[in-house]
Amino acid sequence: MTIEVRIPTILRPYTKDQKIVSAQGVTLFEVIDDLEKNYRGLADRLIENGELRKFINVYINDEDVRFSGGLATPTKAGDSITILPAVAGGQIMASR
Amino acid sequence: MALSISKEFVDAIIAQAYAELPNECCGVILGPAGSGKAEKLKPMVNAAASPVFYEFAPVDLLSLYRGLDHEDEEIVVVYHSHPTSEAHPSSSDIEYAGEPAAHYVLVSTREEIAPNVEFRSFRIIDGAVTEEEVLISPQGE
Repeated sequence: MTIEVRIPTILRPYTKDQKIVSAQGVTLFEVIDDLEKNYRGLADRLIENGELRKFINVYINDEDVRFSGGLATPTKAGDSITILPAVAGGQIMASR
Repeated sequence: MALSISKEFVDAIIAQAYAELPNECCGVILGPAGSGKAEKLKPMVNAAASPVFYEFAPVDLLSLYRGLDHEDEEIVVVYHSHPTSEAHPSSSDIEYAGEPAAHYVLVSTREEIAPNVEFRSFRIIDGAVTEEEVLISPQGE
């Protein structure tokens, strides 16, 4: 059993245009690490300095991982992970 | 390249921009997947609640995208307002632009040009900003 990962449009160039890919791992970090083996360059778009990038939202099933441990959030076979870049912007740079 | 949009939606977005002052307002217009047609206006909450920044709440973002999958729709327009600066993408607008296929609409309600407003549309792809024409169709079309 694997974990399904839904890839947003802007990152599909890394996944050969696939919208849904599969991966394995017992934490979100491991899942991303596993994805990186098949889709080189993807991890760097998601992780910066050992943490999820600001303005990248990741949900495991329907839970925002920001509230469940970030990259350390446990994952299990059958989970569905959704990656969505924030829709954000504005007059000035944010400090978040 | 041009954005075709109904007058009804233009008026509604401008009204939303004024209603949410002093903060920026934001939202999307959806259309059938692959159509590029701006058919369904969906105002979003600015979770940043700021005069200089906007962000869709992460929970709203997820339900928006779930809805797109469910209804076989796409985001045709992403819009937001600039209350005190011109209707041109800022550096943060460019950095966070994540929908290469979308029209990015900016509305400026800055005092210097009142009672006029600016309503402009751009493509933002890989950091490159290109302004495009806005074609406003009459009500009911």
